[in-house]
Amino acid sequence: MHFARPGSIPLAVAAAVALAACAEKKEEAPAQPAAPAANAEVTVRLGHVAPLTGPQAHIGKDSENAARMAVDELNARKLEIGGAKVKFALLAEDDQADPKQGTTIAQKLVDEKVNGVIGHLNSGTTLPASRIYSDAGIPQISGSTTNPKYTQQGFATTFRLIANDVQQGQALGLFARQTLNARTVAIIDDRTAYGQGLADEFEKAVLAGGGQVVTREFTTDKATDFAAILTKIKSKRPDLVFFGGLDAQGGPMAKQLKSLGLKAVFLSGDGGCTPEMINLAGAAAEGLYCSLPGVPLERMPGGKAFGDKFSAKYGQIQLHAPYVYDAVMVMADAMQRANSVEPAKYLPEIGKTDYQGVTGRIVFDAKGDLKDGAISLYQVREGKWEYLQSVGGETAQQ
Amino acid sequence: MGLAELRRDRRAAIAATLAIGIVLAVAPFVIGATAGSTWLRIVDFALLYIMLALGLNIVVGFAGLLDMGYIAFYGVGAYLYALLASPQFGLHWPLWAILPAGAALAGLFGVILGAPTLRLRGDYLAIVTLGFGEIIRIFLNNLNAPVNITNGPQGISGIDPIRIGGVSLAKPIEVLGFTLPSLHAYYYLFLALALAIVFVSIRLENSRIGRAWVAIREDEIAAKACGINTRNVKLLAFAMGATFGGVAGGLFAGFQAFVSPESFSLMESVMVLCMVVLGGMGNIPGVILGGVLLTLLPELFRHGAGPVQQALFGKVVLDPEALRMLLFGLALIAVMLYRPAGLWPSTRRRRELRGNSA
Amino acid sequence: MAMDTFLQQIINGLVLGSIYALVALGYTMVYGIMGLINFAHGEVVMIGALVALTVINLLAGSGLPGIVIALIGLIAAAPVCMATGFAIERIAYRPLRRAPRLAPLITAIGVSIVLQNLAMLIWGRRYHSFPPILPSTGYEIFGATISGLQIAIVVIAALMMAGLSLLVQRTRLGRAMRATAENPQIAQLMGVDINRIISLTFVIGSALAAVAGLMVSANYSIAHYYMGFILGLKAFTAAVLGGIGNLAGAMLGGILLGLIEALGAGYIGDLTGGFLGSHYQDVFAFFVLILVLVFRPSGLVGEKVAERA
Repeated sequence: MHFARPGSIPLAVAAAVALAACAEKKEEAPAQPAAPAANAEVTVRLGHVAPLTGPQAHIGKDSENAARMAVDELNARKLEIGGAKVKFALLAEDDQADPKQGTTIAQKLVDEKVNGVIGHLNSGTTLPASRIYSDAGIPQISGSTTNPKYTQQGFATTFRLIANDVQQGQALGLFARQTLNARTVAIIDDRTAYGQGLADEFEKAVLAGGGQVVTREFTTDKATDFAAILTKIKSKRPDLVFFGGLDAQGGPMAKQLKSLGLKAVFLSGDGGCTPEMINLAGAAAEGLYCSLPGVPLERMPGGKAFGDKFSAKYGQIQLHAPYVYDAVMVMADAMQRANSVEPAKYLPEIGKTDYQGVTGRIVFDAKGDLKDGAISLYQVREGKWEYLQSVGGETAQQ
Repeated sequence: MGLAELRRDRRAAIAATLAIGIVLAVAPFVIGATAGSTWLRIVDFALLYIMLALGLNIVVGFAGLLDMGYIAFYGVGAYLYALLASPQFGLHWPLWAILPAGAALAGLFGVILGAPTLRLRGDYLAIVTLGFGEIIRIFLNNLNAPVNITNGPQGISGIDPIRIGGVSLAKPIEVLGFTLPSLHAYYYLFLALALAIVFVSIRLENSRIGRAWVAIREDEIAAKACGINTRNVKLLAFAMGATFGGVAGGLFAGFQAFVSPESFSLMESVMVLCMVVLGGMGNIPGVILGGVLLTLLPELFRHGAGPVQQALFGKVVLDPEALRMLLFGLALIAVMLYRPAGLWPSTRRRRELRGNSA
Repeated sequence: MAMDTFLQQIINGLVLGSIYALVALGYTMVYGIMGLINFAHGEVVMIGALVALTVINLLAGSGLPGIVIALIGLIAAAPVCMATGFAIERIAYRPLRRAPRLAPLITAIGVSIVLQNLAMLIWGRRYHSFPPILPSTGYEIFGATISGLQIAIVVIAALMMAGLSLLVQRTRLGRAMRATAENPQIAQLMGVDINRIISLTFVIGSALAAVAGLMVSANYSIAHYYMGFILGLKAFTAAVLGGIGNLAGAMLGGILLGLIEALGAGYIGDLTGGFLGSHYQDVFAFFVLILVLVFRPSGLVGEKVAERA
């Protein structure tokens, strides 16, 4: 929403004149006979919800920036849906990763009659909010919630653009057993829904692959000192240490692991697959492994351009930016195919999505999860994440 | 004060009660129609926080025991509801069975907390209760192994919505050809229970036990010398306060249909404590005011921080989310500086918990 | 039980405990003089860490020796922290000196929220990493390792504790502090400017916070606007464990808490067949705290408070 202030009136007038000029040009073009009123403009309001204050604010802001960038790009394309020009507007909300605020904001977005919702970021807020969106029939695409339950509630409105814990944990377990040939594994998680969910699935996959879990240790998502658990792990002499959690813990952990003289390989999921991880691990970063759902940006058409543009505008990608960007694009794509911005009309089209996003080819299964999504693995070499291989997914072969 | 006159004049009192009753009864429709259901949901939460604040008020306000882990009882009530009415164990108990059970279990936890802390006072009591609250949260967060009870950090989803007489409050209810939306129905349920808790609080305040609590707060040794069994009376304060939390927690679980440990963090305990102190410790209307204010204020800032900047400067100068919390912090400071005894302190007890700096 | 692992856990606990002690000293000083828990102290530590880190990052490429850069960072952070501490006392605590006891607790919470979000506006939401300017060489002791920085942390914590004790026990300022703590009204009658003494207490406590902030961010090579909360909580626990208001107690409480956390996470999991693993680390700490307070209601070395405190 933009309130005009006195000083901006000349500007507004100029803009109006310019707009009018554009509109005139459009009318000259005879290519669109279907459009009943070429001047009609519809505003498509997309809600984005993530924690923007509190300890996870940097990840939340990253997500919001990506949604904003996608919306800006869509607006630059001057799309027409259902014969009317559409303008996308982003309603960015802060849920502080608090389930109670998650539902309050869900209600707020429903009241404001948003056309779709991108988010929420955390499982703890996404789950209770998804019921409210489902009751209102508003499509929801999360680019970050990994709790498998999210899409298993029987709601038609829930979609996710990131591998869930099961998918990613399985891929990581296979990679640890088969590629890295680790027989004995120590597992640490940060006791968040994300870290614990991923670590549990990783453990299952390692055990199924004939590996051995020598110890399971825990920390929190606010901790900085891991010396005690790492010392214990050291005494068990594992081949590999897996961490289910985010870079803020993973980086210092990798560093302390090295200074304690632990020789094991260090592997983490997408939460540790960030540039920040390398900064925080410092000299210990070299050789770390991690996984990211999807295919590396550089390998996707438009992926590198997205990465460069995002970095130029908002700085380093923190974590979920590419997925959230794709989420907005998938939503807009479904609207275009349905030729409607009405939630009830374009919702069925989301399920039929086959979209080439910056994170990979996006096809949903019946529940709204990514179908056969690839998981890519990376290693730090010379201070940068280098792509190693992808597991699963058709796009992996490309 | 007006209140004192009301006490004397029966007719005026009845009129005032009627007026308040009518306002409370039509409030959800007015709010829903003018401000939207977001605000109605916020009001529903405010009612839950009133129950919490009144519960904590018994411990902190009446008995003068500084409890910084109060949210644990809310968590106990919420998780009990979640376990007894969800697919987690396949149990689907009715509300009338769960709420008393939740209150009783929370009360038991209140005694468990109270027992080892009887000799502690002031800041030592604060840190022990804080630790107790954290211990409960950590157990909720970790009891998914070796036996899965709480489902750990993933939380429990798919909780049964609250049903009354077989009617689910989660869907609009048809009453005599008239539809009552879900949020309205929850409002009336929460309001009824909040009023019950207000009533119990008022009765307690003026009872023998209430006076014993105040005696302990003012001077524990003198209270003991007067023949008050301070141990039992203190334990009773912890237990009573905890039961209110347990009831509110059960309602929260049914309302949200999802519980996870992050709803019961230390910051929540601190927030409820702020409601009690900022409203006017020991004074029931003050505590209610504190509960309402601290629930509404952050939401007002949320709705205002962005648009007001737009209107003033034509663009968003400061990150609205940071600004919102900044304003909230400043509001806490300003209120306490301006009214150190709270916004609406009790007239009888202005001098309570006077700091003696020795 | 392997000896080298055990020794390493003791070292881990000692280092962690010294960090808690560094922060706890600030809490305990203010408490000792005013009987007030300065809940915002953790945030002052955070401000110290971020200011120091900003300066250090600016100088990291300058070719100066690492220790010099770190010291410059500290010299920059200390006045900012001192000013913050001074302002907190003037704005949020002083007007409430005669108010009900819980009023300053609420303003302290308000100050915490304000400082956190202010820091977020200034330094952004990102994590800041500490550049590798300090030597990270480890020393081997019977199979366990400790870095030079970690030795420095333990030594500095002990030195600061000793220095503060000397200040409080042996100097004129210390005597005024003790007099203020004993009875502010009478101290004032005796010619002590209690406002000045209390301000000075806050300023000294905040200077300590700057040191703690630098040490924490250097040791874990990370700083963040949210770091103060958990650090403050742990340090507060440590201060109470030792007996809040007592400087030696803060040190003892800090080290004890560090050792409990390290040994608890290291051994209790195996002792209970994996049931109480490292996810109950904080539970062990709080459990010991409750146990200590049940038997010694004013902490390990806290003065015996009369029945009516």
